[in-house]
Amino acid sequence: MSKTAINQPGAIRFKSRKRWTRDDTELTLLGLPSAIWYFVFSYLPMFGLIIAFKNYKIVPGKGFLYSLFHSDWAGFSNFTFFLKSNTFSLLLRNTLVYNLVFIILGIVFPVSLAILISQLYSKKASKVYQTLMFFPYFMSWVVVSYFVYAFLNPDKGLANNVLSALGLDTVRWYSEPKYWPFILTFMQVWKSLGYSMVVYLASITGIDESWYEAAMLDGATKWQQARYIILPTLKPIIVMMFILNVGHIFYSDFGLFYQVTQGIPNSLTNVASTFDTYIYMALQSNVSIGKTAAAGLFQSVACCVTVLAANYIVSKVDEENAII
Amino acid sequence: MTAENGKKKAFRLNAVKPVTNAWLSVLFGLLSFMCIFPFFYVFMISVSSEQSIRQSGYAIWPSEFSGAAYRFLWNEHDTILHSLLISVLVTVIGTVLGVLLTTSLGYVLSRSGFRLKGLFTWMTFIPMIFSGGMVANYVVVANLLGLSNTIWALILPLSLSSFNAIICKTFFKTTIPDSLIESAKIDGATQLVIFSRIVIPISKPVFATIALFLTFGYWNDWFQSSLYISDSSLISLQALLNNMMKNLDYIANNPSAGLSLQQYRNSMPSESVRMAIAVVIIIPIACAYPFFQKYFISGLTVGAVKG
Repeated sequence: MSKTAINQPGAIRFKSRKRWTRDDTELTLLGLPSAIWYFVFSYLPMFGLIIAFKNYKIVPGKGFLYSLFHSDWAGFSNFTFFLKSNTFSLLLRNTLVYNLVFIILGIVFPVSLAILISQLYSKKASKVYQTLMFFPYFMSWVVVSYFVYAFLNPDKGLANNVLSALGLDTVRWYSEPKYWPFILTFMQVWKSLGYSMVVYLASITGIDESWYEAAMLDGATKWQQARYIILPTLKPIIVMMFILNVGHIFYSDFGLFYQVTQGIPNSLTNVASTFDTYIYMALQSNVSIGKTAAAGLFQSVACCVTVLAANYIVSKVDEENAII
Repeated sequence: MTAENGKKKAFRLNAVKPVTNAWLSVLFGLLSFMCIFPFFYVFMISVSSEQSIRQSGYAIWPSEFSGAAYRFLWNEHDTILHSLLISVLVTVIGTVLGVLLTTSLGYVLSRSGFRLKGLFTWMTFIPMIFSGGMVANYVVVANLLGLSNTIWALILPLSLSSFNAIICKTFFKTTIPDSLIESAKIDGATQLVIFSRIVIPISKPVFATIALFLTFGYWNDWFQSSLYISDSSLISLQALLNNMMKNLDYIANNPSAGLSLQQYRNSMPSESVRMAIAVVIIIPIACAYPFFQKYFISGLTVGAVKG
């Protein structure tokens, strides 16, 4: 009886619009710790960006907030300083080009490998391959930097051992910028390949076997099955990954660029610095925090614009697959 | 049985040619090899004697084996164990706290009748498209909250993420029937009781997924340490590994550095010790991840469900 009463439209409106129930209080309390966390660690930093518009100076003996509010306003001078500096165009180029390459390779390789591995006869072997290829995903970039160091150490590393065994000149890897775009790209692909492949494979294995059978009866080749059955199935995930990655195109994986190059030696600055490494290194040095924050704010705003734009374009082309 | 056989036969008919299968096996064998070879190589370096490293560099199969690196680590076990303790402490506290925050938020977001649902949804959604970034986070954590050189700087900033909360929300929305919650409410249960007595017991998979995301995240984190920790008593294993690389390089690049440091360095099998610490960090993960990897996939595919 009472259930039907609740289910009437009038009752619902009464319940959801007018009265604050005990239920609402309890749910609010349950969500309160998370809300506080979001306020402190997500929203407070957004207001903290105010520092980008300040000439922040520490007032001796006073707290951070006092110093912040008593610093002079800098207007947009921190931004113009950053945008006009020589490093800006370098950072922009590196961040965007690396990310574009990563996005493309991060879709092409895992998707094709997922299709290929789903064709293996032995499911057991396939599982073993997946587990082994998953391994790098669980390594931190610090550990990966040790792997790379073992290969590229100029005196003892495997790469130079092999080169000298072949009678070729050895290479001072950590001071030769020309190799690093390839090394960094390789490491990025190496680390994420297994994981992304298994994600795509999960939806390939979800495809109903009878679709293939029907396609086969109609004489579809393997290639056609991949093109007309598997790829359309994967499309929503590919699109989602694409939007997420394009949305982060102004962000870079700090660990990759900073750790794998051993903290970006001077000789590699041109090929390995991105917005994140620049901001991190500025934070550690004595560049004014206002200027550093300006670089950070530029990055956040650019990211926000790109993620909304990417989603907008996808929603125009294909409404179903937009995520917002 | 017969149905299964029939299915298998149909699959066989549609399968690739045996030659293709063989080539694919070779391809994936190679890729798998590439993914784990570095670990094997680093392990081999860690058990090489200093003598053989000096002679032939890092060899895949050293001319002389030695446990000196591990003996050295054992002699330094105070430092290592202390770092291990910090890593474990951060991982355990962080995971418990993170799971509680994430799942409670996920549950609140999944309740359709909740008056503040819109507010909470926006609160979760906005950080996904706009964030303060590294500097602003640093300013808040270090300057405003004064958490530098406390264990909380390693724990709190990583405990909640919108992505994880949405995974939980989707899971609760699709697996917990409204009628179950309604009937518990009629029995007079509060939402906290419903969440802890009903939702948690029937949602173990999503709890496991979130807990694993967080565990690996905390165990592998070195970035928070490098930003906020300078006190050597709060150095986690990953941070220790990170500092080892820098310190040895520092000594190597500055021959005029303090003699006592130089002597200390001479006393240790420096090349293999570095790699031995890396091995010590990798082993627990390498042993654990094959059992948990499926949760990482299920988590992501659940999160991919729209809504």
